[in-house]
Amino acid sequence: MEIDWNHFTPWLSLGGGLLLGVAAALFILLNGRILGISGIVGGLFRPRTGDFAWRASFLLGLLSAPLLYTAVAGPLEPRIDANWAMVILAGLLVGIGTRYGAGCTSGHGVCGLSRMSPRSLVATLAFMGAGFVTVFLIRHVLA
Amino acid sequence: MINRISEFLVGLLFGVGLIVGGMTDPGKVLAFLDLAGAWDPSLAFVMGGAILVGLVAFSIAKQRTRSFLGEAMHLPTASDIDQRLIVGSLLFGAGWGIAGFCPGPAIVSMGAGQPKAIVFVVAMIVGMGLFELAEGFRRRASAPAK
Repeated sequence: MEIDWNHFTPWLSLGGGLLLGVAAALFILLNGRILGISGIVGGLFRPRTGDFAWRASFLLGLLSAPLLYTAVAGPLEPRIDANWAMVILAGLLVGIGTRYGAGCTSGHGVCGLSRMSPRSLVATLAFMGAGFVTVFLIRHVLA
Repeated sequence: MINRISEFLVGLLFGVGLIVGGMTDPGKVLAFLDLAGAWDPSLAFVMGGAILVGLVAFSIAKQRTRSFLGEAMHLPTASDIDQRLIVGSLLFGAGWGIAGFCPGPAIVSMGAGQPKAIVFVVAMIVGMGLFELAEGFRRRASAPAK
């Protein structure tokens, strides 16, 4: 294993992680909700009275984040290698998978592990494992 | 109203955290998932930092019956480790590894107007809709005949 020291950003990533932790902490302690993105979006499919506004408010904040960030720190510079077909396939898999698995990186990975939930640990190991295997296949077997 | 403002600000903070941590850069995400290539372990620090704070927060949350703004505590009750959990999570991980987007960063990147993020989120919502359809059929099939 070789480490890519040029792109390694431990302090920045730790700082970003702390912000995620604070956001998840505020959400459960102030709003009584689990900060899990796939659950928040997926819940929009099952409209119940009084269940829409909190989801919409949160998602509006999430969508506004790049505006705040770019105003302070400059533009986002993502590297997106996937072609359109891969993007669509990936989106479908993420949508179906996170609903069957009842969570994603935030709900299982951050909140679930913080709650010390064995169910979330299994989910996190499964999606991380599948992520490692998929990237290995795409970059080192199929390429 | 205070609740709506709180939810908005939490969403904003979470989104900024994702950007700062590098999660909205699929190149960086895939470099983390690429153990056999030039590995960038940064995202383990994102997870570590978030859980560090989360451990404290949820230990407090578990002892409360109401949130500090007076809302009901919606803590998960499911504990079953079943096929749905595992197969679902495997599919999610495969999708994550194909494009480098998971749901939160994809929605943030959509907010930044990135065309591929927008298409990803649309496909993700279609995927969630397919799940709802399948669940609807499953429930009807298993419901007792009248």
